Amino acid sequence: MTRTTIDLWVGFFVALGLAALLFLALKVGNLATSGNGETYAIEAKFDNIGGLKVRAPVKSAGVVVGRVSEIRFDPEAYQAVVKMQLDTRYRFPRDTFATINTSGLLGEQYIGFEPGGDTDMLKSGDVVKKTQSAVVLEKLISQFMFSKAAEDGTGSGKK
Amino acid sequence: MDKVYKAGSKVAQFLQFLGNTVTKRIFRLGFAARFFVAIFLQSGTAFRRLNLTLREVYFSGVLSLIIILVSGLFVGMVLGLQGYDTLQRYGSTEALGILVALSLVRELGPVVAALLFASRAGSAITAEIGLMKATEQLSAMEMMAVNPIARVVAPRFWGGVVSMPLLAALFSAMGILGGYLVGVKLIGVDEGSFWSQMQASVDFQKDILNGVIKSVVFGVIVSWVAVFEGYDADPTAEGVSRATTRTVVTSSLAILAADFILTAFMFTGA
Repeated sequence: MTRTTIDLWVGFFVALGLAALLFLALKVGNLATSGNGETYAIEAKFDNIGGLKVRAPVKSAGVVVGRVSEIRFDPEAYQAVVKMQLDTRYRFPRDTFATINTSGLLGEQYIGFEPGGDTDMLKSGDVVKKTQSAVVLEKLISQFMFSKAAEDGTGSGKK
Repeated sequence: MDKVYKAGSKVAQFLQFLGNTVTKRIFRLGFAARFFVAIFLQSGTAFRRLNLTLREVYFSGVLSLIIILVSGLFVGMVLGLQGYDTLQRYGSTEALGILVALSLVRELGPVVAALLFASRAGSAITAEIGLMKATEQLSAMEMMAVNPIARVVAPRFWGGVVSMPLLAALFSAMGILGGYLVGVKLIGVDEGSFWSQMQASVDFQKDILNGVIKSVVFGVIVSWVAVFEGYDADPTAEGVSRATTRTVVTSSLAILAADFILTAFMFTGA
């Protein structure tokens, strides 16, 4: 095998390998969708964040407008502080309502924004005042069961 | 009295054998480590005379393409079938894309590609260097003041290290294509959710980059084991054949062990 043929094949091989990497990065991974646009940070305090994770999406009307960048515990208020990076293209009123939702019954959790009517907009470093914690499924089920048991218990007392 | 003496000598023999084996192993390990450093120190030639290394990339990378591509395709197709079978019980077949992509990019791509690479290219490198040693080509080089580590070993080492990540990426890409063919084209999972769910949960840094790091580490391990076993082979036909077997066994075990350690570092915890 002459040297040029080897060079040709190695070049072909390296190009193919890099193309595979590019395919993985763009088509399989989230490099293309993550968006390296400008962001601004805001915070929100929740009583319970459930299973929210760093990098979870922040959505408004179902559209991803930002991502959770940091989650920490506030030892004074005993609350979870969630820091979010929002796309600078999207502005929200100061009285925006932040809730933790679940996509589907068992899907991943995300933060939903419901804009209020304030004319002032949230700035970098602001804290969202109105929040609603995650719905903890186990709590819901136990509440349901207790109320059910209370209903039954007053009647027969068998169970 | 005679019986006791005999039993005692048996025990002594056994202990001697045990000690000898352990010391030999440790000596070999030390030599392997020294050899690893020597490869790095003598790598200048491999980069200055790039066509030496390119030739090895051809032999270990390009010639492994077929086996890697075909295996990747089939592994992906099997993942698609099996994943669908399990996921449809929970009514979440849209997650098939995530399952196929994450298992390939994180684990199967680097590991299976490295195992195939060890048996396809690693054994060839060992056999080649071992035979060079058996036919005294290496000694002849030393006689001509050519360092065999710089001229023979380092290009093969770097050729393997360069080829491995590319092969692993190709394996993963082919596997995802195979999963797509079976899942979407054959079974009929929704194409949009297959790709969008995959993109939503495969992270570039956390998953893809870590997979690439894994494959680079595996490339170093396989190439190192292969060149070392070849260089250290007994210069006989039997010795070369033993060294070739040892290359496949040792590097496969090392790959799996290293994979466990790397996974523990990369994918556990938040």
